[in-house]
Amino acid sequence: MRAYKGIGPLLQRDNNKITLIGVKTKIILENDPTYIWRRNEVMLTLTQDIPRTSPPAMPVHRRERKPLSTDKSEVSQQTKWMLAVRDDCDRAAFASLFDHFAPRLKGFIMRSGTPAHQAEEIVQDVMLTIWRKAALFDPHRAQVSAWIYQIARNRQIDILRRENRPVPEELAEEPGTEPDAGQILAVEQEAGKLKLALMRLKDDQRDMIEKAYIGEMTHQEISTQTGLPLGTIKSRIRLGLERLRHELKGMR
Amino acid sequence: MSMINHHTPDALLAAYAAGNLPHHFAIVVASHVSLCVQCRAALEAHHAVGGAVLDASDAVALSSTLKASILDQLDTPVRPARTYQRSGIYPGPVMQAMKGRPPRWKTLGMGVRQSILSANEEGSVRLLFIPPGQAVPDHGHNGMELTLVLQGSFSDETGQFGVGDLEMADEDLHHTPVADAGDPCICLAATDAPLRFNSLMPRLLQRVFRI
Repeated sequence: MRAYKGIGPLLQRDNNKITLIGVKTKIILENDPTYIWRRNEVMLTLTQDIPRTSPPAMPVHRRERKPLSTDKSEVSQQTKWMLAVRDDCDRAAFASLFDHFAPRLKGFIMRSGTPAHQAEEIVQDVMLTIWRKAALFDPHRAQVSAWIYQIARNRQIDILRRENRPVPEELAEEPGTEPDAGQILAVEQEAGKLKLALMRLKDDQRDMIEKAYIGEMTHQEISTQTGLPLGTIKSRIRLGLERLRHELKGMR
Repeated sequence: MSMINHHTPDALLAAYAAGNLPHHFAIVVASHVSLCVQCRAALEAHHAVGGAVLDASDAVALSSTLKASILDQLDTPVRPARTYQRSGIYPGPVMQAMKGRPPRWKTLGMGVRQSILSANEEGSVRLLFIPPGQAVPDHGHNGMELTLVLQGSFSDETGQFGVGDLEMADEDLHHTPVADAGDPCICLAATDAPLRFNSLMPRLLQRVFRI
């Protein structure tokens, strides 16, 4: 019997760079009361540039859409649209989601080499799936773009490879669960920071991440690519994990 | 549920999230995620990165009729695709691979049984039934093998694996998994190449049983 306890990052500092070189895991062996510290294999070497000056207060990215409300207690427009679709079958909200996501979905799908006409077929399929499966959207666990990403990958594979992609069992919210605005907001903020982190990467680094997440890298490539610049992104994932885990534990 | 100690490696989860994991392995990863809160959270975190990539994608103009066509279809009734729920020890993705039917066990001798869920030139995924104390014949791997425990437990040179634990083995690992005392061990195992066994008899059986 082994028990894993106390996981923490192993960081290497070099001037203004931090590299995550491993994850420290405490393993307690049944017959050995002493603790053994072991360096776990990590998927990637993660390097994050630490800015010499403090980062700009405002996101560099400017959206063509109207800016989100600065009121921190308010959830994003996308989430509001998605909730209106989910709870009220609101067609106008769906049209707004379409205007935002459909052109991006087309660009996203075409990046993996799918021709334009077929990409539109998939966009149509994804948008209809969003409408039909809206009940499964849970803003406590996923930001709208993350939920749509997962649908897009599933539909693209089902359509292009003509196979039913195996998906995990669905988790349902307990009936009568009160929405928790704080949790929804936390998920959104995490997603916002993630996006910002992605945009701050150098072009070639960002290309690498995009390649991995549009499905152009095998798991071997993902695990052997050294220096894949996931630093910030991975730290965001780690931060988000505990919260997600907590959220998921209360389910089913 | 017992504590899960062996998880899906992150690179596998990322490739699964991105849809770039071979089908047989995807069944095992989807099954593990169904059982493991920690890996489900990690998977959803990968979806969040994917969502950020999607959101940052260049917008490409759509045909002028697409939006109207989609809005027109919103009320069209569709028969929802069948979803599979967990049944006993078998997680949803395994039930999906079995199309909702119970496993069809074939005996391999020595009390070991298997039920092939899917096999083609890209690999295979099957259920294995191993009585307590019984070893799966010593085998190396031509490629990668993922094994998820659904009932009982087994031990090999690398450790003990109980319900929900996932073992990833590659070409370098020559191991002899032995089912522990207690319930017979039932696992879901996927490979991307035929297994090779080190003794003659199993090698002959391998041809017959596609193990």
